[in-house]
Amino acid sequence: MTPGDFFFQQLLNGLTIGSIYALIALGYTMVYGIIQLINFAHGEIFMVGAYLGLAAILLIGKVHPGLNPTAGLLLTLLAAAVGGGFLGLVIERVAYRPLRQGPKLSVLITAIGVSFFLQNAVMLVFGAQDRYVPPLLQVHRWQIGSVTVTLMQVIILAVSIGLMAGLQRIVYRTGLGRAMRATAQDPLAARLMGISVDRVIAATFCIGSALAGVGGVLFGLTYSTINFHDGYLIGLKAFTAAVLGGIGNIPGAMLGGLLLGFLEAFGAAYLSTQWKNVVAFTVLVLVLLLRPRGLLGERVAERA
Amino acid sequence: MAEGLLSVENLRVRYGTVEVLKGVTLQVQMGQIVALIGANGAGKSTTLMAISGLVRVVKGSIRLAGEPVDGLPPEAIVAKGVTQVPEGRRIFPRMTVLENLLLGMGPRRQKQERRKELDWIFELFPVLRDRERQLAGTLSGGEQQMLALGRGLMARPKLLLLDEPSLGLAPKLVAQLFEVIRQIHRHGVTILLVEQNAYQALRVASQAYVLESGCVVLEGSAADLRENPAVKQAYLGG
Repeated sequence: MTPGDFFFQQLLNGLTIGSIYALIALGYTMVYGIIQLINFAHGEIFMVGAYLGLAAILLIGKVHPGLNPTAGLLLTLLAAAVGGGFLGLVIERVAYRPLRQGPKLSVLITAIGVSFFLQNAVMLVFGAQDRYVPPLLQVHRWQIGSVTVTLMQVIILAVSIGLMAGLQRIVYRTGLGRAMRATAQDPLAARLMGISVDRVIAATFCIGSALAGVGGVLFGLTYSTINFHDGYLIGLKAFTAAVLGGIGNIPGAMLGGLLLGFLEAFGAAYLSTQWKNVVAFTVLVLVLLLRPRGLLGERVAERA
Repeated sequence: MAEGLLSVENLRVRYGTVEVLKGVTLQVQMGQIVALIGANGAGKSTTLMAISGLVRVVKGSIRLAGEPVDGLPPEAIVAKGVTQVPEGRRIFPRMTVLENLLLGMGPRRQKQERRKELDWIFELFPVLRDRERQLAGTLSGGEQQMLALGRGLMARPKLLLLDEPSLGLAPKLVAQLFEVIRQIHRHGVTILLVEQNAYQALRVASQAYVLESGCVVLEGSAADLRENPAVKQAYLGG
């Protein structure tokens, strides 16, 4: 493999894992943008999404073993998105909304509690050991020079790009998106405009959690094993991605996810795989130190 | 007596242990401009916030055309035709002028209606038409106030609550603003106006209330209050 091919291979690997980070980072950033909460349970929603995907794959295998793999993949993604979105709605309603008028710290601590709850619930249902995720599609690869592109990588890119474009459309082209942005900028003024802020917040949780659910399935299919602990590390990395891009900023989460994916892939390739997490979290520390508002988190001047 | 559009009876509101409104009673008749004047901290804004459903009413009642509305969430009150243009304008700075206006229309409106409302607003405030695609945060203070008014009118309110619209505007713009308020009124919108600029407020209004530490201390026709020695002394500079 030439150094050039090696570089492109890493670029591709980074793009893949970065897309998954980006999908999860969107949920962090959307929720932060609207209620200034770091939803520490978000990584667990991703993890639950991965298990929902596993459950869907096993169920499809049992009920309808001959199902067309593409249909199976779509069903699995849909199950994780719907399940994740619903979970987000329930968490917001049960755990966060009652505390909305209370101090910010209570909600933050509650989020950590929800995260423990979800980890343990999944452990009780699926067991503490790693679970194997059977591949939905036949492994397929293409060789371009000595660069290997897998079908799974193509799917991850296609799904992520599709979802991000869809989200962009919702946020910038629909009434709901307008209400979301208004609530993020000035919740009181939004209420005076007749926007039901509670409903907008619920919708934000739902959308962000659905994206994380899909991210979970893509993760499970890529790495073939999942564990109830996975939400912690991946969630923290997606959070890093959101901070890198500028927390509260939607394009920032996408950019941050991809950049973090690249940094990690190159760190793993040119240093050693053991340095992967060190690279990721060094980025978090450096961003917080040097540019806490992130890459795109610049505010437009607000004149009185 | 004409039909009462808004009727506030013995309204009490407290923030924590501090009682901010200690039994405010006021009436707004259909088609009037009513001014609520008073010093800083007298409870003017709180009265509007209570009407809009944003602060909890401890005691008393708020009725809209005879129907009790206290305890309803803010979005329900907007849906009943009461819109507030809040103090400090509070436009959405990182959204375009057009998006700000569309937000004012509320969530449940059709596309054709949207055009009609926009045309009306642009007729009232031609400057907004020219800046339709501009971010609201880049407008001047006077333009932002026009946008805030336009946004409030997009819902075609029966009753418009204006909280300190002249605050922070240059004197020339203040005169313009009150001219706009007259125009809005001529379009059939009833207005409850909270102002520290008592001079202008009493000139544009037909009825007025003077609020002091959470109580109505004076009420009457705006013309009478303009001549009232106590009002002259306290609010009109002698």
